[in-house]
Amino acid sequence: MDPLDIARWQFGITTVYHFLMVPLTIGLGAMTVYFQARWVRSGDDRWLRMTKFWGKLYLINFILGVATGLVQEFQFGMAWSEYSRFVGDVFGAPLAMEGLLAFFIESTFLGVWIFGWGRLPKKVHLTSLVLAVTASWVSAYFIIVANSWMQHPVGVELVDGRPVLTDIWAVLGNNTAIAAYTHALAGSLAVAGGFLIGISWYHLWRRRRDGIDTVGADGQVIVGESSQVPSRDRTDHSVWISSLRIGAVVAIFGFAAVSITGDIQGKLMYEQQPMKMAAAEAACHTGTDFSVLSLGDPGTRDCSSIVTVIEVPGVLSFLAKGDFTTEVPGITELEPQYQEMYGTTIPDDPRYGAHAGTEVQYVPLMWVTYWGFRLMIGLGAISAFAAAVALWLTRKGTVPSSIWIMRLAILGIVAPFAANSAGWIFTELGRQPFVVAPNPDPSGVDGVFMYTAAAVSPGVTAGELLFSTISLTLVYGVLAIVEIALLVKYTRGGVAAAMPELAAHHDESDDHDDGDGPTDGDGADGEKPRKAASDDVLAFAY
Amino acid sequence: MEPLQIVWFGAIAALWIGYLLLEGFDLGVGMLMLVGVRGDAEQREQDRRVMLNTIGPVWDGNEVWLITAGAAIFAAFPLWYASLFSTLYVALTLVLLGLIMRAVAIEYRGKRNTDRWRTMWTWALGLGSFVSAFGIGAALALTTTGLPINEYGDREGGPLSWFSLGAVLGGLGVVGFSIVHAQAFLALKSDGPVRERANRFARSWGLLLLLPIVGWVLQVQFLSGSVWSWALVVVAVLALVGSIVAAFRRREGWTFVGMCGFLVAGAAAIFTAAFPVVIPSTLDPAFDLTIMNASSSSYTLGVMTIVASFGLPLVLAYQAWSYWVFRRRVGPESIPAAHTVTPAVHQDA
Repeated sequence: MDPLDIARWQFGITTVYHFLMVPLTIGLGAMTVYFQARWVRSGDDRWLRMTKFWGKLYLINFILGVATGLVQEFQFGMAWSEYSRFVGDVFGAPLAMEGLLAFFIESTFLGVWIFGWGRLPKKVHLTSLVLAVTASWVSAYFIIVANSWMQHPVGVELVDGRPVLTDIWAVLGNNTAIAAYTHALAGSLAVAGGFLIGISWYHLWRRRRDGIDTVGADGQVIVGESSQVPSRDRTDHSVWISSLRIGAVVAIFGFAAVSITGDIQGKLMYEQQPMKMAAAEAACHTGTDFSVLSLGDPGTRDCSSIVTVIEVPGVLSFLAKGDFTTEVPGITELEPQYQEMYGTTIPDDPRYGAHAGTEVQYVPLMWVTYWGFRLMIGLGAISAFAAAVALWLTRKGTVPSSIWIMRLAILGIVAPFAANSAGWIFTELGRQPFVVAPNPDPSGVDGVFMYTAAAVSPGVTAGELLFSTISLTLVYGVLAIVEIALLVKYTRGGVAAAMPELAAHHDESDDHDDGDGPTDGDGADGEKPRKAASDDVLAFAY
Repeated sequence: MEPLQIVWFGAIAALWIGYLLLEGFDLGVGMLMLVGVRGDAEQREQDRRVMLNTIGPVWDGNEVWLITAGAAIFAAFPLWYASLFSTLYVALTLVLLGLIMRAVAIEYRGKRNTDRWRTMWTWALGLGSFVSAFGIGAALALTTTGLPINEYGDREGGPLSWFSLGAVLGGLGVVGFSIVHAQAFLALKSDGPVRERANRFARSWGLLLLLPIVGWVLQVQFLSGSVWSWALVVVAVLALVGSIVAAFRRREGWTFVGMCGFLVAGAAAIFTAAFPVVIPSTLDPAFDLTIMNASSSSYTLGVMTIVASFGLPLVLAYQAWSYWVFRRRVGPESIPAAHTVTPAVHQDA
């Protein structure tokens, strides 16, 4: 097997996986800050419960993001040593800044927050979460700066064939980075919004199914209380309805921001990477029409089999340039231009191994770019629409009793995640065959580019790459199951799952059925009811 | 040799020392979860929770020293980063798997109240800590004793051609140090049986476990030591003697400080002896990577110097504050009862 292919699959798998955790961390962190701030200001128990419940899910997700983030940093050096040598002067800097200025703050203050309940003054405790979450937003900025430099290299000049950093502000202020960063943040808010809607919907539905909440003749909710289940009181209802409606507003706002920033990105892509733009459209010939549906051989890299089924005139020009008449260059026009500017073969240097002297394929895998682009937009729009519907359906204080709408709401959690992944796959694969994309427009630095085929580690064997790819994929697979199982467990547990004190106030005798079968729960050692010690700072943690 | 190259060699040495100093004890606590507890099942579980909670608030912050050390090598000496990480591919893959398992184990271990669940994560934590400590120790040792790299900085001779006595010595060195350091930490930070056991340990097994790291220090000294690096070795020995004396007098704070002094001086001795070479080539000294031929441009180093001179003092300040916030000992009485999560639904008969 070709080490290049394995290394690329590995990078794809580990990055897409890591990026499942990150948007939820970024979005849900911000929501938790909001909830805790409301609690500190008002003292209202509802906000405390929301902080603890959503904070617990936040932590379960956060740790997997941390654990898989480490792989990201290591694999540049491990699998892509030629890349690391080529871009080292500029690419390492934002990574080191991310460590120094973001990760330290994030992890230190999150530790303070987890263990600081009841130990620190409320405002100091809140500040520790604010710092941790802000730092996670800052870290997203630095990593996107690094990625955007690969999409649009700026702030460097070529010295002896290598880019040398000359202007750090150009790198940090890269227009591609600003657009991609705001786009990713907005996408993260959409993810958190969908997460809040789905889970809150489930609990409101459960309260109705259990007969705790009922609906009056006017359709307004009549909130009830259950003496049977810990924490199923009136406050519990307001926890879920507030979470749901806040989540819906955030999701709609997130999608609006995603659209605006995505539009800016499209216009930059037209200038900076016209081939990616054309591949996203499966646009073979220069024109102005946006394809809603094109069909063809899925594996194709040429245009002979592409049949455009539905087209909307002028929209492509609007995406690219903001008007309806600009001719957007198609693949058949661009390919010869690329060949003329960057050559037709990979340099015939033994350092490029089996790839030396091979022909360069300038058209990215079109079915991935085409459908990646559409999946991103389509799923994003669907989740925003669903959020609007959720706001409407819950206007009288609870959710419909239909189990199918509840299931849809749960399923709706997945859509923004998938939209995010599709977006990244589109933008990264659309950059191929380059790892550092050349930018024909004048704002890019002429001649700074690198073929992906030239970037892998020359000394590393296919066997090593296969070993790490398989073992990481297996571990990631198991951990995905574990994380989802824990999220489901704590979701089903409701607020009492994150606040044992609520359950403790309740009758302690019905603490038996764990709902997980006979191996779980009962009979475990150390389960004797013990009053929390006065110095109990650990209840939230281990 | 430019001043900034020296500055960054020093900064990276400081980041690695910070990492070993801080994560040393939480890696050690992780390993001791497997071998360091006694008594019946209930007692063992209580001890484990006490141990885990001594590192709970700080372990994640400690690990960032590793991330930042790695990224700083990338930023300041990209050729060092590329050669080191690609050469030790297999070892670092295992380190990554170990670090993933232990991070997840710390967070998830208490999230379900069953014995099987806890046992599974205890093993993940213990083994993950062992593998990471060993692999990082081996990798660090090899950057000081040599790797089979050619004139391009790429490895010759297959996936395991780096494996050597130096790797084993470094690996065992960090494992052994972490366990001793963790016992000193537990004696200082816990109460009850864990504290008692940690105190006894420091007086009995400690020295034996420190032999490999001492061996690594001496190996580097004989390879490339200077007057300055030998002077640091003397300081390390003095700190170690101080730590032992304090352990016998049951001065837990001073025992821990002594261990810290031993690590800082010992690791500084290693880096001082290695300077200015960052990876010696075992194939030909002409292929050695040094701070001169492996570094970024002076502009990049300058930018990073400004960032670090703001960032690092700040990191030290708030991490110190977080240790101060959690300065109280963790004893059995501060561990709340395990809590079973039940679904929030009506329990129909």
